[in-house]
Amino acid sequence: MKKTYRMENLECANCAAKMEDAISKLEGVSSISVSFISQRLIIDADEKLLPKIMKKAQKIVCKIEPDCEIVL
Amino acid sequence: MTRKQKKSLCSIILSAVLLVVAKLLGNVAYVTVSLYILAYLIAGFDTLRKAFRNILRGNVFDENFLMAIATIGAIIIKEYTEGVAVMLFYRVGELFESIAVGKSRKSISELMDIRPDRATVIRDGEETVVSPDEVEVGELIVVAPGEKVAIDGIIVDGSSTLDTSALTGESLPRTAAIGDRIQSGFINLSGVITIKTECTFETSTAAKILELVENASSKKTRSEAFITRFARYYTPAVVFSALALAVIPSIVFGNPLSWVKRALIFLVISCPCALVISVPLTFFGAIGCASKKGILIKGSCYIEQLSKAGTVVFDKTGTLTKGSFSVTAIHENGIGKQRLLELAAISESRSSHPIALSVIRAYGKKPDQSQISSISEVSGQGIIAQIGDDKVYCGNSKLMNSIGIDTPECHRQGTVVHVAVNGQYEGHIIINDEIKEDAKEAITLLSQSGVRRTVMLTGDSEAIAQRVAKELCIDEYHAELLPTDKASLLEKIIEEKDSDSTVVFIGDGINDAPVISRADVGIAMGALGSDAAIEAADVVLMDDKPSKTAFAVKLSKKAISIARCNIIFALSVKLLVLILGALGYAGMWLAVFADVGVSVIAICNAMRTLRIKE
Repeated sequence: MKKTYRMENLECANCAAKMEDAISKLEGVSSISVSFISQRLIIDADEKLLPKIMKKAQKIVCKIEPDCEIVL
Repeated sequence: MTRKQKKSLCSIILSAVLLVVAKLLGNVAYVTVSLYILAYLIAGFDTLRKAFRNILRGNVFDENFLMAIATIGAIIIKEYTEGVAVMLFYRVGELFESIAVGKSRKSISELMDIRPDRATVIRDGEETVVSPDEVEVGELIVVAPGEKVAIDGIIVDGSSTLDTSALTGESLPRTAAIGDRIQSGFINLSGVITIKTECTFETSTAAKILELVENASSKKTRSEAFITRFARYYTPAVVFSALALAVIPSIVFGNPLSWVKRALIFLVISCPCALVISVPLTFFGAIGCASKKGILIKGSCYIEQLSKAGTVVFDKTGTLTKGSFSVTAIHENGIGKQRLLELAAISESRSSHPIALSVIRAYGKKPDQSQISSISEVSGQGIIAQIGDDKVYCGNSKLMNSIGIDTPECHRQGTVVHVAVNGQYEGHIIINDEIKEDAKEAITLLSQSGVRRTVMLTGDSEAIAQRVAKELCIDEYHAELLPTDKASLLEKIIEEKDSDSTVVFIGDGINDAPVISRADVGIAMGALGSDAAIEAADVVLMDDKPSKTAFAVKLSKKAISIARCNIIFALSVKLLVLILGALGYAGMWLAVFADVGVSVIAICNAMRTLRIKE
């Protein structure tokens, strides 16, 4: 299932690339894109695992850019 | 400027003032040093805070951390002015960068400003303003002049002119009246109209287009993939070479201080930000620019494919031609053109065949059916009608032959309708599928922009295909094709292409869906209001102008060259400063420029895509 989330305070393009890389390695994620320009996270993942994935994704995002947040 | 940007501007100014004061004060023991450190802390607070937090989280190769090491390093080796000034310069660069990014985000979102923010709905006889997503299917919404149409629907009351430019790029307003179907995102210009909604907001045209464009950046180009991969190795590589530069020569040549200084320069340049921002921004800008012109590109990868277009394959009907028949010539034998047309129109007035309709349309008036006393249709041949005192035969040459008339060969191509009255041949009407006004221009522009081969596919007869291909200067055509033939022909064309060029197919999106999805880039046109077409294609033309294809190719070429230019520029500046830094010729200043300065320049360059003209 494909879903789009808005992101807040995503300020560094390189960080967006790092987030993309880290989230893509999570289980159940078939494709992920973090767009620095449109400030959006587009994820295609297993529907059942999605809540879990998003929780982990939020953690990854925080780790890379502490002020950044995924608007769920 | 945002609050954050203002805050950082204040801290930059304050720190700069302190730096100047410390510099003027000269060497007053601890006072000067503490002024320097204060100035440094004010300027660098944010950077230091972020750096500290990132170390705690185990993120070592982060630009804040590297800047912190570089400047603290400078302060430790008692280069106070340098440490503070570099931090200041870095912050200024960062501020510029954030303003530039904010600006480009804003101008791109303005390009795609089709999202309606409210709708006036009639509930219980009263008009209430609600958010568009609260409107249900089948409700009535009122659109006043100057307002955006919030949801797709059919006009049930009023008439108006509508500005469709946000969706189609067409500058001429469209007139609409009761019974016309209109799309969300149009702007009502003159009269008040009431619309019966046909879908919810999420499934309306405006929302769908926005979703498409916003998601477009998820399909990446090869250059974007290259940058991402490059960035992953670049930072660690530079950091380790910095380490090596600080240690190895110090052991060999001594004088460690000077080598550490050179190593710090490496750290400053280690962030690949300029590349990571500017390349996707270039493609995003191009997608924004295209959507303003009514061209939806569903991913930046298609920009790359379009820029390499070597073969362009057109479907004929509906793509190069209007797909509606019209009378292009009337040849008569003394009866008068108008009379000939009138007789044909009256004979055909009970038929709903496209040919009959085009004859009636050319006649211009409502054919007077009361003159018909008897009428009969000869299947596959035509119509025999008694009109007033005349017995009229109207049909193809077979019908004429059946009453013993030899039809003349006409020099014009097209479908011929012969007319005979009371056994006497009176003339014929030529009917053709009209070629679109900009079809020729489209072909010419495409060949100018480097397309080597143009092909036309059609289910129509050889003669018609030949005429259209000749008129438009299309390199080759294939006629009398069944829908399945089109797909296999395209397969063959794809096999024949050069390995570095792509095959683009343009069709109307409804009948050609399998062919569209097989091509490297499938373009569907006239997609406004057709979900199937939007689904199937990689690139969607909102109106039905084939010349938009030529613009899409031009825009893509330009975007690719800007992206390439940015990559080369950013990499060569960084490399140059790295070399100069290692040799001891480049200072911190130059290093900061190679980091943030290059980013700002690359962003500005990327934004040129927004201004590409047709």
